[in-house]
Amino acid sequence: MRLDLLPRARRSPWLDLLAPALAFLAAVLIGGIAVAILGVPPGQAFLTYFVAPLSEVWSLQEVALKAAPLALIATGLAFCYRANLWNIGAEGQYVAGGLAGGWVAVAAHGSQGPTVWILPAMLLAGTLAGIAYAMIPALLRVRLGVSEILTSLMLVYVAQLLLDYMVRGPLRDPQGYNFPQSVSFEDAARLPLLMEGESLHAGVLISGLAIALAALVLARTLFGFEVRAVGASPRAARFAGFSDARLTLAVFAISGGAAGLAGICEVAGRIGQLQPEISPGYGFTAIIVAFLGRLSPPGILLAALVIALTTIGGEGAQIDLKLPLDLTRAFQGLLLGLVLGADVLTRYHVRIVPGGAGAKVTP
Amino acid sequence: MAAASAAPAPRGGPTPLFGAYGIVKRFGAFTANDGVDLEIRAGEIHALLGENGAGKSTLMKILYGLLEPTEGVVTHQGDIVRLANPEAARALGIGMVFQLFSLCENLTVAENIALVMPAALTGRALAERIARLGADYGLHLDPARPVWSLSAGERQRIEIVRCLLQNPKLVILDEPTSVLTPGEAEALFAVLERLRDEGRALLYISHRLDEVRRLCTRATILRGGRVVGTCDPRAESARSLAAMMVGTGVSGVRPKSVGGSRGERLVLDRLTLPAPGLHGTPLRDIALRVAGGEILGIAGIAGNGQAELFDALSGESRAPAAGAVRLDGRAAGHLGINARRRLGAAFVPEERNGHAAVPPMSLSENALLSRHATAPLTRFGLLRLGAARALARRLIDAFDVRGAGPDPAAGTLSGGNLQKFVVGREILAEPGILVINQPTWGVDAAAAARIRQAVLDLAGRGSAVVVISQDLDELFEIADSIAVLHAGALSRPVPTGATSRAALGLLMGGVGEPETQTGEPPAAPAIRTAAPVL
Amino acid sequence: MSLDIVSLDIVQMVLVTVLTAATPLILAGIGELVVERSGVLNLGVEGMMVLGAAAAFAVATQTGSTGLGALGGAGAGLLLAALFGVLTVGLAANQVASGLALTILGLGLSGLVGAGYVGMKRDPAPHLHLPGLTDLPGIGRLLFGHDAFVYAALLLVVGVWWFLWRTRAGLILRAVGDDHTATHALGLKVRKVRFLAVLFGGACAGLAGAYLSLAYTPFWAPAMTAGRGWIALALVVFASWQPLRVAAGALLFGGATVLQLHAQAAGLGLPGQLLSALPYLATILALVLLSLGRRRGGSLAPAALGRVFAPSR
Repeated sequence: MRLDLLPRARRSPWLDLLAPALAFLAAVLIGGIAVAILGVPPGQAFLTYFVAPLSEVWSLQEVALKAAPLALIATGLAFCYRANLWNIGAEGQYVAGGLAGGWVAVAAHGSQGPTVWILPAMLLAGTLAGIAYAMIPALLRVRLGVSEILTSLMLVYVAQLLLDYMVRGPLRDPQGYNFPQSVSFEDAARLPLLMEGESLHAGVLISGLAIALAALVLARTLFGFEVRAVGASPRAARFAGFSDARLTLAVFAISGGAAGLAGICEVAGRIGQLQPEISPGYGFTAIIVAFLGRLSPPGILLAALVIALTTIGGEGAQIDLKLPLDLTRAFQGLLLGLVLGADVLTRYHVRIVPGGAGAKVTP
Repeated sequence: MAAASAAPAPRGGPTPLFGAYGIVKRFGAFTANDGVDLEIRAGEIHALLGENGAGKSTLMKILYGLLEPTEGVVTHQGDIVRLANPEAARALGIGMVFQLFSLCENLTVAENIALVMPAALTGRALAERIARLGADYGLHLDPARPVWSLSAGERQRIEIVRCLLQNPKLVILDEPTSVLTPGEAEALFAVLERLRDEGRALLYISHRLDEVRRLCTRATILRGGRVVGTCDPRAESARSLAAMMVGTGVSGVRPKSVGGSRGERLVLDRLTLPAPGLHGTPLRDIALRVAGGEILGIAGIAGNGQAELFDALSGESRAPAAGAVRLDGRAAGHLGINARRRLGAAFVPEERNGHAAVPPMSLSENALLSRHATAPLTRFGLLRLGAARALARRLIDAFDVRGAGPDPAAGTLSGGNLQKFVVGREILAEPGILVINQPTWGVDAAAAARIRQAVLDLAGRGSAVVVISQDLDELFEIADSIAVLHAGALSRPVPTGATSRAALGLLMGGVGEPETQTGEPPAAPAIRTAAPVL
Repeated sequence: MSLDIVSLDIVQMVLVTVLTAATPLILAGIGELVVERSGVLNLGVEGMMVLGAAAAFAVATQTGSTGLGALGGAGAGLLLAALFGVLTVGLAANQVASGLALTILGLGLSGLVGAGYVGMKRDPAPHLHLPGLTDLPGIGRLLFGHDAFVYAALLLVVGVWWFLWRTRAGLILRAVGDDHTATHALGLKVRKVRFLAVLFGGACAGLAGAYLSLAYTPFWAPAMTAGRGWIALALVVFASWQPLRVAAGALLFGGATVLQLHAQAAGLGLPGQLLSALPYLATILALVLLSLGRRRGGSLAPAALGRVFAPSR
C-alpha cells in the first residue's frame, strides 16, 4: 500500500476555503465524541465552548483581549513563515518586549514632570527589544547558515530566565514583601481602558492597527510582494532582483517587533507590572493561529478569535460542566493537525495505490 | 516473464545480447520514440547518438525498466522479456551508470556501495571486494573516504563499481564524460575497453562525436524519435555523423535586418566562471560581441553551459571582473539583475514556470516581477496595482495572450500563452539588449511564430539580441550569426548564410575545439561548491 | 576515616542525582536522534513525553505494575508519534507546525488522562540491589543501585550506536536522512524507514515520561516534564547527532540543573537563572561552532533533515 502525492497543477480557490472549514468540523465532531465519553451532552458542550462566550459583554471582552496578542504575534510570524523561515521563538521575543517596556515603566516610576511620553516610550522599547531579540537567530542564519528553528527556540528559555532574574532581583519592588514582581505601574504607564469600568484596553486597538498595517504591507507594497514571491518561487524572486539576506533580516525584524509589541501591550494593559509569568504561552499558540489562518492577516484574525473563543469557552466549561481545561488544549492541537492534513489535500492529489513492492521510478 | 515465440529475427550477425524492436513510446500526444530498433551485441561498445529531444533518454529508460514501451518489444538472447522495473532489468544483467549520481554525500564510499548490495556483503568483505575490483580495473577507491570529499570522476567511479559488483552483461552509460576532466575521461575509456574485452556489452549515450568515434564500433543515431541511421562510427567521418545527428535539410535564412548596426551593444570579454556545483558547467573564456540590430544565435545541446551563460548575462551570477560584461559600453559584470535592467537590458529565462513567472500569481503581479525596477509600477514602495494591471492588459493585447478572465493566474495559462506573456513583458520595455534562453521550447507553432516575429521586430528597431536555443531550425530562421556552446566554451560566431547544419552539428558534437576570440585555449577553472545550510 | 567515607558518599550522592536527572534526557534524546538521523525533525517530543508520563502513571496505578506502566508510557508516546508520522511522512505536511500541533495535543491529552491521578502516590520503581556490590562505599549505589530505566537508557545508547553504524538497516536509515532523493532513486523505502524511526522516537519519549512519573518523582503532576522535551531536542544538536555524545551531553545538561540547586544551597553567588540558562546558551554556541567549523562540503547534521519528501510515485 502506498500513498502517492501528485502536485496539483492549479489550486482551486474554493478548496482552499473548504479545507480548513472541513478540518474545523472534523475537530468539533471528534471533540463532541470526547465530551460524550466524559459524560457531558455534546450539544451543551458546544454551546458552552462556542456560543456562551459571545453572549455576555464581559466574556466578549475577554475573547478580544485574548485574541489581540495572538493575532498580532501570528501576523508577524506570517511574514517569516511565508518566506519559509521558521521563527518559533516568538514567545521569547514577546518576553523580551515585555521586559524592556516594563523596565522603562519601572525606571520612570515616581518621576516628577511630564508623564505623557512614558507609555509611547514603553511601547517603542518593547517593539525594539523584540526586533533586537529576533535579530539574533536572523543574523546567525544569514551569516553562518545556522538553523533558525533551534536558535530561536533556545532563546525563548533564555528570555524567560532573564525575566525571572530581573523580576526577582534588580527590578523587584522593594516594598513588595519580597514577592517576585516589580512595582505596580502608575496610570501613566498603563494602556488606557476603552470603556469606563470594563476591562478592554487600548492594546486591542494597537493590535488591530498593526494587523491592518501588516495586511496592507503584504498586499500592496513591493516588500510584501517580495515576501509572497520568495515563498512561492525562490528562483523567480531572484529573477526579480530580491535579495535573500535582506529579506530574512526584514521578516525576522517584523515578527520580533510584533511579538515584542504584543508583550509590552499585555504587560502595560492587563498585567500592570512585571512578574515571572507574563504569557500563557501566547508565543506558541500564535504559531497555531498563524497556520490555522493560512498565513494571511484576515484568516489569522479569524483563527485568533476561534482560539480565544475556545479558550474562554473552555474556562466556562470547566466551571459549568466540570470539563477540564486540558480538553481545550487537546482540541486546539487536534484542530491544527487536521488543518495541516487538509492543507496537503489542497496542494496535492493524494492517490492510494494498493499492492506491494516493485515500485516504478518516474523519470 | 519471457516468451520464446514471436521474437523478431536479428539482422546481420549472431543473436544480439539485447534487442529492442519497434519501440514506440507516447506521452499523451507527444511521441518520444517512434518505431525504434536497436541491437546490442556482446563485446561491443554501442553508441546511441542524438540531440536533446531525439529520444535517447526515453529509449534508455525503457531498457533499464524505468519505463515500459507503448508498443514494441525488448529481447534478451532472442527471447522477449518484460522489464517492469529496474530490479527486473538488473536481474537480467542490465546495469546503468546515471548522469546524475545517486550518492549520499556524508556517507563513505563503502557505505554508499553497501546500500545496494545484498545484506551478506558488508564490512571487511565488502572493502576487500572494492579493493580487488579497483586493482583489477584501475578504478581506485578509498572505501573510507566520505563522498563529499571526492571529485566528480571519483564519484562516477563509485557508481561504476556499484554497477560492476553486480556483474552486469550490459552496462548503459548516460553522458558519462559530461562532468569529467580530459584525464578522467581517458581513465574511463580504459575501463570501458576492458569491460568490452571481457565480453560485456556497453551502450554509450552521448552527443560527443570524437568520443563516439574513438570508443564505439557501432552507433545508432536518433533524430526526432526515429532511427536515422546505424553505422560503424569509425568508418564514418565526423561530418557525416554530425549530419545524421542534426539533419542536412536546408533551412530558409532570413535576410539581414534593415535596422542597421548601432555599434556594439553587448560585449562579453574573456568571461570565465567556475561551475556552480558538481553537475554545473564552467564558462571558459567566453567572448561575444553583438551589435545593435543584430541577432546572435547560440546553439548547443542542453547541458553545455547555456544556463550558466544566461545567469552570467542576467546578473544572477556576478562576473569576476566588472568589465567582463559590457552593456552599451558600460561595465556591468558586478551589477545585479535590476541594475542591468536599468541599463536597458532584458532577460527571458528558460523556465517559465517558477523562474520567469510565479505560477500562483496573477499576470499583473508577474508583470511586476521583472518590471518593478524599470516601469513606474511603484510609488514610495507601494504598489501601483492599477498601473500593473494596465501594463498586463497592454501585454495581453499586444501579444494575444489567451487566458481565463481579465487577470488570470500565470499557472493557468497554456505554455504558449505564458511564453508569449513572458517574452512580451520584456520586449514591451523596448530594451536595447535582450537575452532569451529557449524562446519557443514546448510552445505551439502559432505562439512560436508570434514570438520569433516579435524578436525579429525588436532587432529591427535597433536592439542587440542573443537567442540561446537547442532548435537549429529556429536559429537558422531568425539569427544573423550563430555560435556554438560546447562544454562551456563558445565557438566564433559565423554568419548564418555561411554555415550549415552539418557544420554546426560538428561543433555541437565537440569536434573541432572552439577557439576563443583571442585564439588561445580556454582556461579550465575549478569547481566551486555551495556550503549546505544546517 | 569516617569523614572520607562521608564526603565520598556526598560526592556519590551528587553523581547519582546527576545521572538520574540525565536519564529522561538520554531516553528522549536518543529517540529523537534516531528520528532526526532519518531526516525528520520532530518538535512533538515534549507532548509525547508528557503524555507518556500520564499514561504510565495511570497504567501503573491501575495494574499495580511498574513494568506495565512503562510499557503504557512508551505505547502512548508511540501512538502520538504515529499521528505525527502520518502527517509529516505520509502527507508531507510541514514538520515544524505538525510537531507543535502534537506537542499541544499531547499536553492536553496528558491532562485528561492524568486528571484522575493527581495527588496520588505510589512506590517508586524498584532499584537494583546486588548484595555486596550495591553497598560498596563511594561507588556502589552509583554503579549498581539504579532502577531499570537508568540501565535501559544506557543500554539504548549503546544499542542505537551499534544499530546505526554496525547494521545494514541502520546504514539505510542514515542514508535516507542524508539524501532522500538518492535513496529513493536506488529503490530504498524512504517513507517506511522514516515512519518506523518516528515511532521509535515516540516510544522513547514516552518511556522518558514514564521514568519521570514512575521513578524520578513517583507521582503525576500536570506538565511535569517542564520543558525537558525541548532540552532533548537541543541535546541532539549539541551532540552533533552522535549517540555517545547524547549521553555525555545529557549528563552535562542534567548536571547543570542539579548543580544549580546544589550551588544555591551552598550559597554560591551566581544567579540560579544563569546556571539554568547554560544548557540553552551552550546549545546555541554549539550550533555556531558547528557552522564555523563545518568542513567544506561536509555536513555533520543529516543533510535531508526537515526537508519535505513528497514522491509522486
